[in-house]
Parts: sequence; C-alpha cells; structure tokens
Amino acid sequence: MHIVDRRLNPRGKSLENRQRFLRRAKSAVQQAVKRSLQSRNIRDVLDGGEITLPIDGLTEPGFRRGEGGISDQILPGNRAFVEGDIIPRPPGRSGGRPKEAGEGDGEDGFRFVLTREEFLDVFLDDLELPDLAKRRLTETEEESPVRAGYSVSGSPSNIAVGRTTRMAMMRRIALRRPRIQEMEELRREIGECEDDEKRRDLEAKLNALTEKSRRIPYIDPLDVRYRRFESEPKPVAKAVMFCLMDVSGSMSEHMKDLAKRFYLLLYLFLSQRYKKVEIVFIRHTDKAEEVDEETFFYGPATGGTLVSSALAAMRAIVAARFDPAEWNIYAAQASDGDNSYSDGTTTGQLLRHEILPLCQYFAYIEVGEEDNDSSVSRSPLWTLYEGIRAEQVPLSMRKVCRRNEIFPVFHDLFQKRDAQSKVAP
Amino acid sequence: MTTTAMSKERLLFNGADWDFPTLQRVHDACEEIALGELGLDVYPNQIEVITSEQMLDAYSSTGMPLFYRHWSFGKHFAHHEAFYRRGMRDLAYEIVINSSPCISYLMEENSATMQTLVIAHAAFGHNHFFKNNYLFQLWTDADGILDYLNFAKSYIARCEERYGEVEVERTLDAAHALMSHGVHRHAGKTKVDLRDEERREQERRVHEEQVFNDLWRTVPTGKKRTAADVGLEKRRLALGLPQDNILYFLEKSAPLLQPWQREILRIVRHVAQYFHPQRQTKVMNEGTATYVHYRIMNRLHERGQISDGNFLEFLKSHANVVFQPNYDDRRFSGFNPYALGFAMMQDIERIVTAPTEEDRAWFPDIAGQGDAMSVLRNIWADYRDESFINQFLSPNLIRQLRLFHLYDDPEQEEGILVSAIHDERGYRRIRRQLSREYDIGWIDPGIDIVDVDLAGDRRLLLRHNVTNDWFLQEADTKLVLQHLANLWGYDVLLQEVDSSNEVVKEHAASPHKPIQ
Repeated sequence: MHIVDRRLNPRGKSLENRQRFLRRAKSAVQQAVKRSLQSRNIRDVLDGGEITLPIDGLTEPGFRRGEGGISDQILPGNRAFVEGDIIPRPPGRSGGRPKEAGEGDGEDGFRFVLTREEFLDVFLDDLELPDLAKRRLTETEEESPVRAGYSVSGSPSNIAVGRTTRMAMMRRIALRRPRIQEMEELRREIGECEDDEKRRDLEAKLNALTEKSRRIPYIDPLDVRYRRFESEPKPVAKAVMFCLMDVSGSMSEHMKDLAKRFYLLLYLFLSQRYKKVEIVFIRHTDKAEEVDEETFFYGPATGGTLVSSALAAMRAIVAARFDPAEWNIYAAQASDGDNSYSDGTTTGQLLRHEILPLCQYFAYIEVGEEDNDSSVSRSPLWTLYEGIRAEQVPLSMRKVCRRNEIFPVFHDLFQKRDAQSKVAP
Repeated sequence: MTTTAMSKERLLFNGADWDFPTLQRVHDACEEIALGELGLDVYPNQIEVITSEQMLDAYSSTGMPLFYRHWSFGKHFAHHEAFYRRGMRDLAYEIVINSSPCISYLMEENSATMQTLVIAHAAFGHNHFFKNNYLFQLWTDADGILDYLNFAKSYIARCEERYGEVEVERTLDAAHALMSHGVHRHAGKTKVDLRDEERREQERRVHEEQVFNDLWRTVPTGKKRTAADVGLEKRRLALGLPQDNILYFLEKSAPLLQPWQREILRIVRHVAQYFHPQRQTKVMNEGTATYVHYRIMNRLHERGQISDGNFLEFLKSHANVVFQPNYDDRRFSGFNPYALGFAMMQDIERIVTAPTEEDRAWFPDIAGQGDAMSVLRNIWADYRDESFINQFLSPNLIRQLRLFHLYDDPEQEEGILVSAIHDERGYRRIRRQLSREYDIGWIDPGIDIVDVDLAGDRRLLLRHNVTNDWFLQEADTKLVLQHLANLWGYDVLLQEVDSSNEVVKEHAASPHKPIQ
C-alpha cells in the first residue's frame, strides 16, 4: 500500500475550468451581479458573494424523456394501501409523477459563489475611469531600484555579507584550508609530547599547516559579493480621491448614508484601477477641515454652509501634498445643495479656475430625503454647477434620493465612453 | 498486565486524530480482515490524502484525478461549492477510482474513525468489486485508464493550441451532449486496451502524414451515382446500421469532421464507456462496499482495535449512510443505493446462514448453504443491478421495506393505481418492476441511427422507439440534435415511433456554425 499526501499539490486546479465557465457565463453573470447589488449592502460588495444565475446557455443537454407517459414506480414505506387502491393525483400536477431522484436540487436558479476578485471584476467590468491616464504620464516615469542578484563589484555599503561568507566557505573547503581547531589540537599535542622525534614531526606538520592557512586566507577579495540593483522605470499610477461632504445641520443621517455609499463605490472602483489610492476626507460646514474616516462619517458637527471653504481646503491640500503632475486627482462632492447665498460666486470661481483644472474628474451628487422628488427642485449649488458644466469640463452631477439609486447613478457616471466623448453630462 | 492496558496497546488509534503511520496501521489491519477473513481479492491500494477543495475539484470532473479542461467542470465545481459552503450538503467522504493501483481519496478533515471507515469501504469494498465484477472486467481497463486520461488531457490541450479553444469547446460540447449514447451496450466487441488506443492514435497520425498527397483532392470523382443505385440494405450494411452508439458512428462515418475532432469524439466515448459499468452497478457497488466496511469495522471492534467510543462514531455515520426515508418523508428522493444494496447483502447473508421455509422455496440454490462470503463473492462477480435485484430481492426484504408499486397512466382520470403491495401476489411483480428501474436499457431512451443517404442529400435519420408514451423532452432534444447536426455536417431527422411502428413525432435540425 502506498500513501500519498496530495494536500500540498498546487491549489486551484479547478481555476481554469472555473474561469472558462465564467467566460461563458459572462453576460448572465453580469446581469446577476447587478440584480444582486440592488438587494445588497455596499459593504457586502467587498466580500463577493453568492450569485443566482439563470442557466440558459449553460445547459448541457442530453436525450431525456419528457413528461406525460405511463409510469411505474416502486416506493418504500407503504402503511395504508392495498392492491387496487386508487390514489387521487395531487392537484396541479398533470402526470402525477412523484419527483425523481436527483431532481430535488432544482437547477432553474443556478447558485454559486464568486470570490471577491471575481465579483469585483464582473461588477466593475463595464465601468471606466474617465481620463484614466494622466496626461503627462509618459514623461513622469519614475525609476526605482530593484534587486538583481549579485555582482563582484560595487559600493561597500552594498556588500552582501551572507553571500560573501558563503563564497569564502566554499573556497576554504575546496582548497582544504586547515581548520583552526585542527591547529590548536596540534599545538596542544606538541606541548604534551615527550618524545623529541615525534615532536619534530608534529612541529613540521604544524608549520606546513600554518603556511597553508596563510596561503589560503579566511576571506579573500575574490569572495566578496555585492548586492546588485537595477533601476526599473515605473509608470506613475498614483491616485488621490477627495471626498468632500457637507455636514451642516441640513444634512440628515439618510443623506450622509447615501453619500457614504457613493464614496465607497468610488473607492472600490479606484482601488481596482490603481495600485495605491489615497483618500482625503474633507468635511465642511461654514468652515472646512480635513478629518479621518470615522469623524467624516460619524463625527457630529453643525453650522452653516460655505461650500467654497471645502474647495479652498482641497486646493491647499493639493498644493501641499499632491503635485498634479504626478497624481491623478479625483474628487467627489456630496451635498444637499444648500449654500450660503453670498458664497455662490466664490464657489463658482474656485471650482472653475482652481479645482477643475487640477482634477481628472469631479463628481457631484446631490442627496435628498427619501420621499423627496428631487427632480423638481433646483438647489442653489445645482444651478451653479450646471452653469459651469456647460463649459465642457470634467464635471458631472446627479441627484440621488434613495439607496437603490446609488449604483445606477454611479454606473451612469462611470460607464465606458467612446474615446472622443469627454465627460459629458 | 491488566486487560485495559492490553487493549490500549491493540488500539489502532486513540481519539479523532490521525497521522500517516495511523493510516498505514489501519490499512494493514483492514487488509488482514479483508483478505484473510472475507477472502476479498483487490488491486494494490494507493491512498491519497486531499483537502476539501481538492475533493470538490475531483468530483466536479466526474471523480477523475486528471481530466481535460472544460467549462462544464467549472460549472459543477461552482454548483457543488455553493451547496457545500451553505452547509446544505456534506462532501463525499471518499472518492475511489477504478484503476490499478486502485486510488482512494481521503479527505484531511475526516476523523481517524472516518478514515478507517473509508479505507474499509473504498480501498477494500469498491476495490474488490471493481476487480471482480464481470462488467468492469469486460468493459474497463484498470491498468490503462490513468495513462489514457493523461493522454486525453494533453491531446485536448494540444488541440486547443492548434485549433483554438472555441473550436475544441464546440466539439466537446457536442460530444458531451451525445455522451449517454456513446457506449457499446452489448458485449461482443472485445475490451478496449486504452494504452493500445493511445499508441494507435499516434500511428494513425503518422500514417496520415506519410500518405498525405494533395493531388488526391483534385482527382475527378466521376459520375454521381443516384440513391437508387445503392440499395438501401447494402448501404445500411456498409455503415453498420442500425447503430445505437451515435458517437461511434460519427467518429467513423461523419464526412466533414477533422481527424482531431474524431479523436475527441473517441476520447469522450472511451470515458463514457469507462463509466458505463458504474451506472449499471450503483446498488451492487455501494452495497458491496457498505457490507464490506460494516464487516471489517465490526471485526476491528471485536478484536479490540477500535475503542467503544470510536465504534459508536462509526455506527452513527453508518446509520446515516444507509438511511432510507419512506416515500412520504420530506427527505425522500428515490431509493438510496447504499441502503438498498446493504440491506440486500445482509438479507443474502441471512438466507445463506439462517434461512426460513420461505427462503428455501425462493432461493433453493443458496438457502442454508452456510458460507455467506463465498455466495456473496460469486454474486458480486456475476451480476449487475438489474439482474441482481431480479434474482435476489426477497419477500422478506420487500416486507421489511414495505415496498409498493404505483402505476400511473395519465389517461386514467381518477388517479394513480396501487398495482402491487408487499404480499404474496405482489412479491414477484414488485421485484420485476424494481429491477427494471435499474435497467439502463429501459431508463435511457432507445435511439438508433437507422439510415443515411450518403449519395443523396446525406441526411441522417434517427429513430426513437417510444415505450409507454414517453416522448423525448422537446427543448433538450432540439439542442442535442443541433449538436448532432453540427458534427454530422448535414441535416438530421429524428423520428419518434410508437409500438405499432408509426411515426408520431419528428424533430429536425440543420447544421450551422454559431458565431461565438
């Protein structure tokens, strides 16, 4: 008998088959993912999840018998029947045929679990970042050193100690350099030795060894190795996302929740596309401050509303930390649309001349109460932004009142566009 | 030395943990009982420890350790996994492969008791059955299967490289749809030697390359002969018609297939053929394995090699395995092959060792014969489900399971007729009917290729013999016929014929190349 441990075999043997299945099922999966999103919390999106697929196009047909024929069946567990009994058919079943073994699973809704990656891939598949590439991306390539083995020359700070001693040891063993213990032993023997002749012998031997160990040094310049680096050009793909939110008294919890969902989606989306995404949270009332995530969403604050303060804060932060030449800058602003009457001009100026030129994309969503029909009302901010948008700038805006509108709005904002068409409405 | 200390020493393991030396000890102890006391005859064993993911993987690809790639295996994986994750279904404890050496997969999560059960069940029960049952001996090549699957996998991968994944997938999809009609049902063909098969494929290719001469393509074909010239009978004879092995027919005679496509059909056909005996022996195979593990586990306990606690654990899972819900139970989903098989094996043991008068009348050959194992070994070797049930389902067991027979004729307005129950008048009818439910020839629709007009429009004509008004399911049939037409390259017509040989229904399909 032979026992084999296969547990360490490469995992994911089924991956290829799974992917083939997904490729084949792609459109069906996309539909299903969208459907499942409507009933799902955005946080759960991060966990991937179970998807129910209709199995059209995924059937594996075979010659099978249909319904309606004469059937015979043997069943276990008779308690009451005698030969000749007639059992009325249960209503609603034409054939009256009891279910066959294996039919129980019901393949009409085919369920399976997508991993987080699979889910996100499908989820974000038909979305695209507007102006994903930084305009000057090619010029601003960055070089970074990467390890590239060892070399025999280099700067002392790059000596690879481990490798050097290894080389030295190899050489010492190969050339049979006498070991120190060996020579100690000889010296001790000489000290203890009574017999002259034998001592001379030993001394000669010791001399030979000493001579040899002098010829074969412990560490030779030949052994020295240096860590070698090669510089590798890396395209800069850094993104920063500014989340601007109005937290003035007029923003209700519901509105904040909507905003949060939108930010989460945006973050998810950006992190699929960029290796590293920084997030800056700016909240404002009549003055703006940069805060951490927790405070941003949950910290209490009240006050008036000055949108320009947030924009000014963003401008300052960009100037201090995010050189627009290197960073892809995205901004998402959520607000209920209120702004101080006196602030309109400042906000417009700031947005038009300072912020938008910095941004790859600026998304504005206006959140409203659930029962509100926001399409009718026109808030001051909406009117202002609409005026700016007419100028063909990377600004887009939507109104959201209900949770289930978030994804469609998001999808709408970021759907794939033709190369020509700029960030339109 | 006290007795407890002694029995401690004899124990194969303690508690639920196991390691590789434990598995070795367990295997050796089981082997001693299986070969020495039960007189089983097995292929050499190979035991492989795998993770649950690997287990899912294995039974998504029909239990084979290496298999070609296809999306449907991914689909099955996803399906099983979803059920498993939601805790709606346990994973199988084991998978065992009819090969030499006989490979049994053990899941790492199993407790020591479960590993023992699995080794007794798979490595000895199934193993013995595979090696000795006549169907497996006739139709499968245990020595060659792993090599052949390896060949199939790399062959199909090569095809994908050469001809593109889409093309290969189309061919495989079509072949899979016809898989159930890709087996030789009747003995008479000699057993396939899969190693030989692989060698022959290579020879065929080399030969084709050597004799290839493009000139032949340009040779004038002469005057077209009309269909009348070729007599119907002669034509059928030349093509080996009627033919129920559709894949075989296509592989040999479909005019437009590329050589590699024929090879893929052949691979799918061989795999179908390899699994054919398993379809015909579900009850016997599981019954045998369950009976064997039950005997072995009991002996291990008697010999003090398994502790009382572990034995109880075994009894619990054994009871789960052989549980048969009644027809009106929510859990009922047909007969559990483990339950039926095990009950019959135990019943046979009873008839052989302690028969009643009734048993003597029903089973004169084996009643009171005394040596249960030798009787069972013969039965395991010589029967399949259909004949086994037809021969050995006893009145005693029919009463015990309280079997009854329902006859459902949709024409009958009032309802379903109880046509037999577990009484004197019913025994034989119930037995005959149940055995029929395990007859593949009866369950699978009988479809033959009956004619093809090679000189004319080359339309392929198939016939389905309808029994008991069971027509083919429309939607599926349409899809399968489409696949069939794509392979054949010309029109296909399937006629459904009733018992008076009249065509009642027709399905047709024309080949097309769907744009992918």
